[in-house]
Amino acid sequence: MEFILSLLSGFFLLFGSFLCLSGGVGILRFPDFYTRMHAAGVTDTLAAAMILIGLMLQNPETLVIIKLMFILLMTLFISPAASHALGQAAVLNNLPPLVDLNIKDLDNSTASGDKPSKS
Amino acid sequence: MVGIALAVNQIKDMFAVVMLAGIYGLVSASFFVAMDAVDVAFTEASVGAGISTLLMLTTVAMTGRTEHEASHKPLLALFVVTVTGGLLIYGTFDMPYFGSADAPVHNHVAPRYIYDSIKEIGVPNMVTSVLASYRGFDTFGEVTVIFTAGIGVLALLSVVRLPKTDAAVEAINNSMHEKHLVLRVVIKTMIPFILLYAFYVQFHGDYGPGGGFQAGVIFAAAIIMYALLFGLSAARRVITQPVVQLLSAIGVLVYGSVGIVSMLNGGSFLDYSVLSADPIAGQHLGILLIELGVGLTVASVMIIIFFSFSARSEYQQAKKGESL
Repeated sequence: MEFILSLLSGFFLLFGSFLCLSGGVGILRFPDFYTRMHAAGVTDTLAAAMILIGLMLQNPETLVIIKLMFILLMTLFISPAASHALGQAAVLNNLPPLVDLNIKDLDNSTASGDKPSKS
Repeated sequence: MVGIALAVNQIKDMFAVVMLAGIYGLVSASFFVAMDAVDVAFTEASVGAGISTLLMLTTVAMTGRTEHEASHKPLLALFVVTVTGGLLIYGTFDMPYFGSADAPVHNHVAPRYIYDSIKEIGVPNMVTSVLASYRGFDTFGEVTVIFTAGIGVLALLSVVRLPKTDAAVEAINNSMHEKHLVLRVVIKTMIPFILLYAFYVQFHGDYGPGGGFQAGVIFAAAIIMYALLFGLSAARRVITQPVVQLLSAIGVLVYGSVGIVSMLNGGSFLDYSVLSADPIAGQHLGILLIELGVGLTVASVMIIIFFSFSARSEYQQAKKGESL
């Protein structure tokens, strides 16, 4: 039982580290802002979640598992919101994507629009 | 870290510089974690990588994105700095090596703190006992410095708010509700937990990493997040300016009063052992009260600084909108 738990935890930790690495490579190599943002979002949410689950399976005391569960919950809430904020800011400031997708809010007629979207 | 510092010095694009400064803060925080100083890493991550980056971004939004070319080469200043720095480094040659075993600080001060802290103060977290009790006077100075920074910002950046610009800004904020719906909903769910976490860090400083400084910054960060998403006027209705100014002064006052009460009870200034019948209970009470004072002042001053900066920025934008 211990062996299976440590095997699972090792698998999750390795997968999370691989996602972190691939996210880093993606941020550097992807051609467009939106695709790079996707790479960053994967690192933020999925890699962090995998690493946290791997840590939870290391079989520590109950209090540590509960704290890790809270951190996982917070990450699942906050990181996608952060990625959404990035994408929203790019669309509202008329950053054109590489492929023309006819996005609703994106105003493609102005060349370099900089709407004062201060909230 | 040296590389990042050199890059901050050379790059002219202010936005990149602010991001690099945030990265520097994060690298320092991980450096502190590697050195087993978790309390310091906590404070550095929240202040250096969080609030500082935010305030500098607000400033860059007001001033401009690129740095002007230097109009003269400051050779004389460079010479003076090099000579002074060289003299200072020469002066440190007499001191014992960093971390050597026979330095006075390792023979008298550190063993006293490490071995006697539990007996004399009874708080498991040694960093808190050193910060709050053994070196309580230094921490008093730090809190006063933070308070002075808040006063300085208020003195320089107070803006008289015209009711016309207020209504215009509020109209913009309300019209943005559709665009920022996702963020607003998520943040509204998160803010109570962040505030609760700030209180946890504040009162748990005795047993784990934490204390007043970190808790104040986390509390201020929650309020700042609300102000960023719902507009400054909405946030000002929650945290009114007179209240937050009063709270910052009350924090310093509580800290000083604990010292005065200790003197009135017969001990010296900030000697907590005389605060109650049992010295250990007195120490606990003293540490609790001064951490409360520290948390109050830090949170209020951070909120004051952010409100002043962004009120200025909003005022500038509203004036630009009027004159167009």
